[in-house]
Amino acid sequence: PLIYKGWYHFFYQYNPYGAVWGNIVWGHAVSKDLIHWRHLPIAMVPDNWYDINGVWTGSATILEDGQLIMLYTGSTNESVQVQNLAYPSDLSDPLLVDWVKYPGNPVLGPPPGIAPQDFRDPTTAWLTPEGKWRFTIGSQINKTGISLVYDTKDFKTFELLNGALHRVAGTGMWECVDFYPVSKVVENGLDTSDNGPEVKHIVKTSLDDDRNDYYAIGTYDGESGSWIPDDPTIDVGIGLRYDYGYFYASKSFYDQEKKRRVLWGWIKETDNEKTDIQKGWASVQAIPRTIVFDKKTGSNIVQWPVEEIKRLRMNKNVFEKVEAKPGSIVYIDVPSASQVDIVVEFELDEEALKSINGTDDDEAYSCMTSGGAAERGALGPFGLLIHTHKSLTEQTPVYFYISKDTQGNFKTFFCADHS
Amino acid sequence: MNSGAVIILTILYMHGVAELKAETLIESTCRNTPNYQLCISILRASPHSGTADMAGLGLILVDAIKAKTEAALLAIDEVKQLHPELTQALEECRRTYNAVLKADIPEAVAGLKKGVPKFAESGMVDTAWEADICEGSFGSVAQPPLSGVNKDLHDLAEVAASVIRNLL
Repeated sequence: PLIYKGWYHFFYQYNPYGAVWGNIVWGHAVSKDLIHWRHLPIAMVPDNWYDINGVWTGSATILEDGQLIMLYTGSTNESVQVQNLAYPSDLSDPLLVDWVKYPGNPVLGPPPGIAPQDFRDPTTAWLTPEGKWRFTIGSQINKTGISLVYDTKDFKTFELLNGALHRVAGTGMWECVDFYPVSKVVENGLDTSDNGPEVKHIVKTSLDDDRNDYYAIGTYDGESGSWIPDDPTIDVGIGLRYDYGYFYASKSFYDQEKKRRVLWGWIKETDNEKTDIQKGWASVQAIPRTIVFDKKTGSNIVQWPVEEIKRLRMNKNVFEKVEAKPGSIVYIDVPSASQVDIVVEFELDEEALKSINGTDDDEAYSCMTSGGAAERGALGPFGLLIHTHKSLTEQTPVYFYISKDTQGNFKTFFCADHS
Repeated sequence: MNSGAVIILTILYMHGVAELKAETLIESTCRNTPNYQLCISILRASPHSGTADMAGLGLILVDAIKAKTEAALLAIDEVKQLHPELTQALEECRRTYNAVLKADIPEAVAGLKKGVPKFAESGMVDTAWEADICEGSFGSVAQPPLSGVNKDLHDLAEVAASVIRNLL
């Protein structure tokens, strides 16, 4: 994704012949507000030996002089993963409809020690202190996920750096790696090349093995090209996820017009294929989100849908001071809609919080193993029943649970019960 | 003369060892699937399984599923003639089997050949699901006509998915 001459661009993995992965080309859509999109012609198809088996994920880098280049992964006629260079045929076209592939492709192949099918998804590049462009590509060595680093001046010849940006044992193949700075002090996003004492860097990867997106916060050293996590116990791939629902192969970009870092992910299809064929499509993109560093905790990022989402809202219903007593279900009468954004605030009874005794059971609470929404504790669960039939035969609880341990410490859990 | 005899014996011995090693890959792979017997019988029936790597074994299984699905599609028309009252369910089955042939199988083959096995796993997981949907479309019919076919497909797809998971 990128923004160019006032238009947001989305290039995506598209199968023109089926509602399932295959025959991958670069679909293209544009928007003025990240919410309303127009489909444009397919940007790139597999028409060379170096991408005949798929025009896969790539990233855009906007160069200092305003030029725009794409580095993308092609699957060759022998299913080897190589990196190719492409650029708009006409930089004065804000819609960037036509693309040209560099005649000297592929520009980069798998280095020694890296398997030919474990080398894909180059990131947006950033500037090094020496003025070179640097980017990273995910891979794996045995089952250690790794992020290789390359320097280049022209995106045609490259220098592989010794070592890697980072690696984590046991995580398997790193796909769609993303690397970007966040500010510890200001609210706006940062250009991908930014660095400094008030800057932390995020390393993100999509894990092939479990199909989830993971990230970690750390410190990047521009000289050596390596990154160290703030907390190795929640390192990349073994710690935090961007999203605990269906959210994969996400990428961020810096929106230099609104000065925000925007994240975008793919929500995979959960219908069966027969249904996908009947309805004519499969899978969707999530609403883009902004990313900021969480100053309160310092140990995670905070995401929120882009403000332009308000343009989708037609109507508003407000329900104030609704009281929910223990063990009750309160019906909220919302007129039918195809989609609903819910903003809700819960206020807990202070006395209850103080007087309830903490237990060891509570210390071990977990969304996945503590019985879901049916298991009642002293301070939870409380929340919303969505996708719910009047007779409650069908319901999806999205809820909070507050645990209190024997020392009086509180922990809040936020769960969605799909059972 | 003597040295000639020794050489021949050596060659025969080495060929025997190579066969033993390949057998072990099939056996150990099948042992980790939900249906060892089914896995072994399909793989051993293929002339290429002896020298196949894990992705190759996956492709053999996917190919067997393709053949079973094609046979299932042919069976639909026969059953329809005998039981026109089951047309609705049979047409649903035609849709599910077509989804397997047109989408799941090509996706699995592409995923295995191009080094992105997670798509192959998706395809096989969906195949088992499609077989279940077909079977379910007969509701409370006393003797659903495609039960054997659907069970075969479901079970084989689960075996394939489990083999493919080794590649992730």
